[in-house]
Amino acid sequence: MTTTTETGPGPGPRALARQRRRASVARFWRQYRTERAGLYGLTALALCALLALFAPLFVGSDVSSVTDAPGRPMQSPSAGFPLGTDQFGRDLLGLVIWGSRVSLLVGLLAAVLSVAIGTLIGVTAGHFKGWYATVMMRITDWFLVMPTLVLAIALATVMSRSLTTTVVAIGVTTWPTTARLVRAQTLAVETRPYIERAKALGGGHWHIMSRHVLPNVMPLVLAQTTLIISSAILAEATLAFLGLGDPTVVSWGGLLQDAREAGAVSAGDWWYLVPPGIAIAVVALAFTLCGRAVESVLNPRLGVSR
Amino acid sequence: MTADATPALVEERKPAAGPRARRRSAYPRYLAGKVAGAAVSLLAVLVTSFFLFRLIPGDPVKTMTGGRQVSAEQLAAYREEFGLDLPLWRQFTDYCGKALTGDFGTSYQFRAPVVDKITEALPNTLLLTGTAFVLYTALGIFLGTRSAWRRGGLGDRINTGLALTLYSIPSFWLGLLLIIVLSVGIGPLPGMFPTGGMESGGKEGFAYVLDVAHHLVLPVVTLVAVEYGQTLLVTRSALLDEMGSDYLTTARAKGLRDDLVRRRHAVPNALLPTVTLIFINLGRTVAGVILVETVFSWPGLGGLFYQALSVPDLPLVQGLFFVFAAAVIVMNTLADLVYPLLDPRVAR
Repeated sequence: MTTTTETGPGPGPRALARQRRRASVARFWRQYRTERAGLYGLTALALCALLALFAPLFVGSDVSSVTDAPGRPMQSPSAGFPLGTDQFGRDLLGLVIWGSRVSLLVGLLAAVLSVAIGTLIGVTAGHFKGWYATVMMRITDWFLVMPTLVLAIALATVMSRSLTTTVVAIGVTTWPTTARLVRAQTLAVETRPYIERAKALGGGHWHIMSRHVLPNVMPLVLAQTTLIISSAILAEATLAFLGLGDPTVVSWGGLLQDAREAGAVSAGDWWYLVPPGIAIAVVALAFTLCGRAVESVLNPRLGVSR
Repeated sequence: MTADATPALVEERKPAAGPRARRRSAYPRYLAGKVAGAAVSLLAVLVTSFFLFRLIPGDPVKTMTGGRQVSAEQLAAYREEFGLDLPLWRQFTDYCGKALTGDFGTSYQFRAPVVDKITEALPNTLLLTGTAFVLYTALGIFLGTRSAWRRGGLGDRINTGLALTLYSIPSFWLGLLLIIVLSVGIGPLPGMFPTGGMESGGKEGFAYVLDVAHHLVLPVVTLVAVEYGQTLLVTRSALLDEMGSDYLTTARAKGLRDDLVRRRHAVPNALLPTVTLIFINLGRTVAGVILVETVFSWPGLGGLFYQALSVPDLPLVQGLFFVFAAAVIVMNTLADLVYPLLDPRVAR
């Protein structure tokens, strides 16, 4: 979990640390396996990730091309097109698989950005007391009361339409909960005696934050990331549906917007709408289940009750 | 409530009068602090709403004229009309000054004051969110309580599973599906509900009320479905926290019936954290209504926001942004103010 990569000769302190870490990962996995819902989530995620990674093998990148679409417009599902076709005659199965790449990527990146900002602010606000912490927590509180979705929409409106915009809009609006959690954990860790020892030995702020506080906060951050990815994927779909996403790429939310604009709703062309929505729901639910499982392993009392 | 839950307290259900009277003196200070905090937040929102929408690349006037051929004089006239010819700081002070008196400028696309458009749409949104809010809060608390009381049972597993699943579904997708299945109709299923809007027109009196209620069904169902899950989970978790408490054991030991213990002792105490959530949810629903109103073309604030986004009609977006943010801030502050009245330990 930390940055140790070198291999020292013999069971040096680093090898010992690595051993301990491997043991704790093994223990984590043993406990995680007992969470049935978490295992379902993990399996679903593994399948989706494989599908997205290897999409180019069975879906050509020209799947989104409007000019040489293989079918006739708005065909209902058939043997040739298991999920039917859209208003241009494109294969919807291919589009949904292709769309997973953007939806998953944006969800992951936005969550990583969000958790990175939250962790940075949380750890520093917990470590440095005084005016810095006060200012940071005021900013956090302010972001916390802002309606996340409205702020993300506003940001996406004023910036140009691109994937970066979507990632930034979601990332900079969802970090405050992480910051609050991480700060609380940091404050708890900082009272432990070995921090005192590290300070007495002359450890600087950076050393203490990166070597002592961060490793102890990491498990919490991991659980938080899993939970945030789920809401980031929903947020991406929402922005795309409102027409604020990158119009040149295929994503699940974008497909739903296309469907609505093509009149699929009033024409009753349900096959156009059902698959992208189910894909979003399955992935979001899978991440939520994993996050809850991780949480209940790390903090049994919290996990059961939530 | 666990710390000082002595058997004496169980009899009264509410904390004894002594500590409450002593702490009441702390409340005015607490109240002043919270209100001041809210005022600062509102000001910060106002400032953000100004600068956020100045980030926009390109010329708002060009956006407004939509690429039509416009002479230089006309452009200058538009600039003057919307105050865009002034230096930035003047625009800022003008904006803040006017906003404080309730003037958010003129909408580009409707050529009407932003405030008029907002006050026009507000009652419709309140009707929709109000109805949905009452229903999903009641449903969430009811199911959450049942779930916690029979924890681990089949009912609990179905309840939590369903709540989590609905929570993962995009609200707009659920709305679109409901329209296809229940408004347009699939196969033999006839359309039963209107596809959108708030009224069919030409109705008066009671018929009008029925008509609006008919239009209200699908958007409300959508909102309730995506929102009740969180209330359920929080109620459930709060009640589970409460259930190990000694005073419940005492109440049972007194020989009280199980459902009396639940209704009279556990639930009232467990609802305290839920109160905060209820208010926060109310604010969130106002924002979350954007998607549902867009899907069902409901003539409220959310639908207006979508119309404003697609232009983009900056003064209108700006005004609505302020209204949505203010709604959340006001609701959070109300939660802060009500909470110590229910649990006096908070206001210390």
